[in-house]
Amino acid sequence: MSASSLRVALVGNPNCGKTALFNLLTGGRQKVANYAGVTVERKEGRFTAPSGRLLQLLDLPGTYSLEANSPDEKITRDVCTGAHPGEPAPDLIVCVADATNLRLHLRFVLEVKRLGRPVVLALNMMDTARRRGIVIDVDEMQRRLGVPVVETVAVKRGGAEALIARVDGEIPVAAPVESDDAASRAGLHAQVRELLAATVKMPRATASLDDAIDRWALHPVFGLALLAALMFLIFQAVFSWATPLMDGIQTGITALGGWLTQALPARSALHSLLNDGIFAGLGAVLVFLPQILILFLFILVLEESGYLPRAAFLLDRMMFKAGLTGRAFIPLLSSFACAIPGIMATRSITDPRDRLTTILVAPLMTCSARLPVYTLLIAAFIPRQTVAGLFNLQGIVLFTLYVAGIVSALVVASVIKRFRRDKSEHALLMELPAYRLPHVRDVALGLWQRTVIFMRRVGGIILSLTVLLWFLSSFPGAPAGATEPAINFSLAGRLGHALHYIFAPIGFNWQICIALVPGLAAREVAVSALGTVYAMSGSDSVLSSQLGVVIAHQWSLATALSLLAWYVFAPQCMSTLAVIRRETNSWRYVAISAGYMFALAYMASLLTYQIARLLT
Amino acid sequence: MASPVRLSDLPKDVPAVVDHVDDAQASDPIAQRLRDLGFVDGEPVRVIALGPLGADPLLVQIGSTRFALRRTEALRVSVRQLVA
Repeated sequence: MSASSLRVALVGNPNCGKTALFNLLTGGRQKVANYAGVTVERKEGRFTAPSGRLLQLLDLPGTYSLEANSPDEKITRDVCTGAHPGEPAPDLIVCVADATNLRLHLRFVLEVKRLGRPVVLALNMMDTARRRGIVIDVDEMQRRLGVPVVETVAVKRGGAEALIARVDGEIPVAAPVESDDAASRAGLHAQVRELLAATVKMPRATASLDDAIDRWALHPVFGLALLAALMFLIFQAVFSWATPLMDGIQTGITALGGWLTQALPARSALHSLLNDGIFAGLGAVLVFLPQILILFLFILVLEESGYLPRAAFLLDRMMFKAGLTGRAFIPLLSSFACAIPGIMATRSITDPRDRLTTILVAPLMTCSARLPVYTLLIAAFIPRQTVAGLFNLQGIVLFTLYVAGIVSALVVASVIKRFRRDKSEHALLMELPAYRLPHVRDVALGLWQRTVIFMRRVGGIILSLTVLLWFLSSFPGAPAGATEPAINFSLAGRLGHALHYIFAPIGFNWQICIALVPGLAAREVAVSALGTVYAMSGSDSVLSSQLGVVIAHQWSLATALSLLAWYVFAPQCMSTLAVIRRETNSWRYVAISAGYMFALAYMASLLTYQIARLLT
Repeated sequence: MASPVRLSDLPKDVPAVVDHVDDAQASDPIAQRLRDLGFVDGEPVRVIALGPLGADPLLVQIGSTRFALRRTEALRVSVRQLVA
């Protein structure tokens, strides 16, 4: 077959390095979308083979078996069999198997082979296999399997050359289709055993280093202590490592704003738009980039290293009691960065019921968009003290806020568990992959992507909201001879004063009420909105770098604490609600999650404000 | 070789081999998945770690793979202890 393009599907068990191989082959030429009608991710990439032939590569969701248990496994099965509507059957299936874990992975290869389509087997992670002394007789395996076998190292440049050469060559002959019944499925394991005995020499089942690490990392006491210490380290680091960078960004923006606007007439609308709107607003958000990056750095390293499923193992019992699953740990941890990737990561939860619960509580995890609000208030109201000679008091308050989010998520999940009708058993069955040293390139790439996403949000939604808010708070202007600040007469001022009736019992002033509105679009906008509101209501232009100083003078401690409590639960940003709608295909769950979070936020703030007022 | 015990009753670090997997109900997807993951007759297994709360879940090594199973899932698997 010499067609100019070839459709190739990548399949394999979870943790076989399939996605790394996909990235290596296609680089940046990837298109990520959803399969029609379902919320399973469809990743397609393309590259040109040495022969000039265009290869369209489809990265299918990882699965242990073609006997599908979850929506994404069903996609893999249907695409492979050609049963998926709107997706022609691939010309060639590349089965990826982890060379260090062939007993498990070869069974799936045999299962795929029985579909009766052309198959190539890629033995991935061959470098690790060699290092562990695993010897594979590739020629013999090829002969016995009846499909071409190539070696790959997905994490190395040029590690897929043999695969490219094979895929670019003649399409292999398909094996005959075989029926799929219980007896023949059971027979697959016997075939794998026979194949392994004849072709693979394995000195020991697992890496001795992994065994040693797991003895400590999964220890009932040390393991939990290690997990707690890791979490605590992350939050301390977010606060102390970022400070010099944040100071630098702050100084830079203040200088840039002053320099750019010095040529403009001081009282003009353009001067006000640039200084009070754009620089005050953006500055307040950009300052938090270093903290968000540090948080992502930790999440990425933990993800790459294979530690996350260990954490899921340690926490499964606790999360199961609360009506979740240990698997929910990974989506929930991602939600600390942002609820949107978190909710999208729930796709890895096989079970629709567990998945729905996780989606509903994921926004309670403290996303990084709340971090600007937290850090602003903590820096302004919590004294910079050392507690017990070791810990930073501000860090402890931040940690407490994170814990409050986690505890409330567990409580909400148990409430959901009590009220749901379906009480049948749902399995954990989770593989703990081998430990891997995180790849500097992969981590750097991940961080870079986060930066781009964050900057896009700053540039797009946040910038336009900030400018909109500036207009709302500038017009209509104050009548001649008015003594109050001009913002009181503007549309935003009126809206803030109107909302103030609802929020006065929880201690919010009208400036906060204004900021809450754009805060619904994206939480971190609340900070830039406050920056704008205060800049507009002062006679001097207040850059938001000084916002902390201003509110420390004008707000009571009770108000600050109440706003902190509000943001533990804060009704979700629009993009989170949109993603819930997309992932559940239901407006009902959107309404439920927005409603319950508003109620929780209001109650928490009411309690905090009233108690704090009594005590202070 | 001793008579089969439940995997959930197998003490930690005691080598055993899988005997069979029971369906908890007719066409039990969890039991089928266990079989697909390699819990089939004669496969060596060993419990290598236990969760911190109520010794749940169990970390089971089968071949060169480690799976975390909850007690209710491990209850489906019968194993034969190997006498050392």
